[in-house]
Amino acid sequence: MLKIPIYMDNNSTTRVDPRVVEAMLPYFTEHYGNAASRSHPYGWESEQAVETAREQIASLIGAGAKEIIFTSGATESDNLALKGVAQMYKKKGNHIITQATEHKAVLDACKRLEKEGFQVTYLPVDAFGQVNVEQIRAAITDKTILVSIMSANNEIGSLQPIKAIGKLCKEKGILFHTDGVQSVGKVPINVEEMGIDLLSLTAHKMYGPKGIGALYVRKKDPRVRLDPQIDGGGHERGMRSGTLAVPLIVGFGRAAEIAHQEMAEEAKRLYRLRERLRKAIMEKLPESYLNGHPDERLPGNANISFAYVEGEGLMMGIKDVAVSSGSACTSASLEPSYVLRALGVGDELAHSSIRFGLGRFTTEEEVDYVIDLVVREVNRLREMSPLYEMAQQGIDLKSIAWAAH
Amino acid sequence: MPYSDKVLEHYNHPRNVGSFSPSDLNVGTGLVGAPECGDVLKLQILVNPSTGMIEDAKFKTFGCGSAIASSSLATEWLKGKTIDEAMDIKNTAIVEELALPPVKVHCSVLAEDAIKAAIKNFQDKQVSKSAKQSERAELVGAAS
Repeated sequence: MLKIPIYMDNNSTTRVDPRVVEAMLPYFTEHYGNAASRSHPYGWESEQAVETAREQIASLIGAGAKEIIFTSGATESDNLALKGVAQMYKKKGNHIITQATEHKAVLDACKRLEKEGFQVTYLPVDAFGQVNVEQIRAAITDKTILVSIMSANNEIGSLQPIKAIGKLCKEKGILFHTDGVQSVGKVPINVEEMGIDLLSLTAHKMYGPKGIGALYVRKKDPRVRLDPQIDGGGHERGMRSGTLAVPLIVGFGRAAEIAHQEMAEEAKRLYRLRERLRKAIMEKLPESYLNGHPDERLPGNANISFAYVEGEGLMMGIKDVAVSSGSACTSASLEPSYVLRALGVGDELAHSSIRFGLGRFTTEEEVDYVIDLVVREVNRLREMSPLYEMAQQGIDLKSIAWAAH
Repeated sequence: MPYSDKVLEHYNHPRNVGSFSPSDLNVGTGLVGAPECGDVLKLQILVNPSTGMIEDAKFKTFGCGSAIASSSLATEWLKGKTIDEAMDIKNTAIVEELALPPVKVHCSVLAEDAIKAAIKNFQDKQVSKSAKQSERAELVGAAS
């Protein structure tokens, strides 16, 4: 029996794994001590639980436990990495390199730094949403202090050449930050092998709870220093003050442990399901296009544009499946997805895009249901679309003088 | 965003989807919006030239549910109206009928624009038709 609506928005957030919930529960009602309390067993057991979680998370990314700084989520981690590095190293230089398709947490932090006098280079991406290491090499100046390139994109799932970028940054003595929100726990990420100095993480994209994230901050070769953004009790090596959210951290740790153990198998299963969905939809619906890289992408992500059909209108038709769209109509602005635009996807196709995010709890039965639903609704809406009618009549839609509104 | 029941009803059971031949002199076609903006409405009216009555209306729409519902509702309202009455259909009435939220008001504006464009297209055709007729009459007159 299918549970409707089917959840296929795992790039947005994930269901908390029941094993994670189970691990968390005692830390609400039994072990509720403050991890910073040194004077009684309540504090000690909370501290112990936090340290275990730190190790579990560190182990997933090949880091040391002391290099994990807990935050409220990846938005805070991105802010801390960018602003913290910029302010700490501003005597060394004032230039930061990032790319056009970063998450807003990185882009908006960069915009604020620009207001404070920093120079930011926003590299363009290619048609698959990727940057190449030569672009970064060319953008580096003697003032560059930080490169921030996400390891996988949240909308289109494209992976970036992180290892090559890490190597270049080492060579140039520049710090390298990557937003690993989408990639960690989904594809192998190792801070040593990839030369990552700072890595943003969040629990809720890997079947953990919302409201807890982390920033990996390298401790040696080089020892990265940060100007803290939140002042207070000096928690987290002084980099992020505030009482630790012990139950959330315990859940984050357990989620990381499960991801570590099951990632290889889960990635294979998700890839198979994703390809089943993608192939069937694209075979049955002509003029549907995959956005992002065909192979170098997250195993569970398929972002597809359906020509002649508008994304929000389509989502209404396929309301039995929870997905997201690059259409302008889903946001307050009238601009369609800036990520798809950066790839050079025309506005018309950007409006027609649907992001399918498969996850740990997605079943084959759900995938087959979604295939039928999408095919049926796209066909229904195409029959209702003046653009489809014109295309069928051989009219070149670009030849028409549309009145933009 | 939750949709009103009326928007859902029109979206799930759109009225009058289809097309008339645009070359028919009694058909007025309005095509408004732009693909890159995410909305294109094509609205057509079939007018009885002797009574000035809109006998039938059809639409095709590329857009969100509210755009589809606005066009569907517009075709319902157009049927049986005279050209003059149709000119009086205001987007605000569509907003009210469909309970459109502020961010969807532009869908109703497009529907009103499409109605006006279809009427103008019909009227232009009538002018050129009568021009042709008088031209022909002159030719016939000159020949005799």
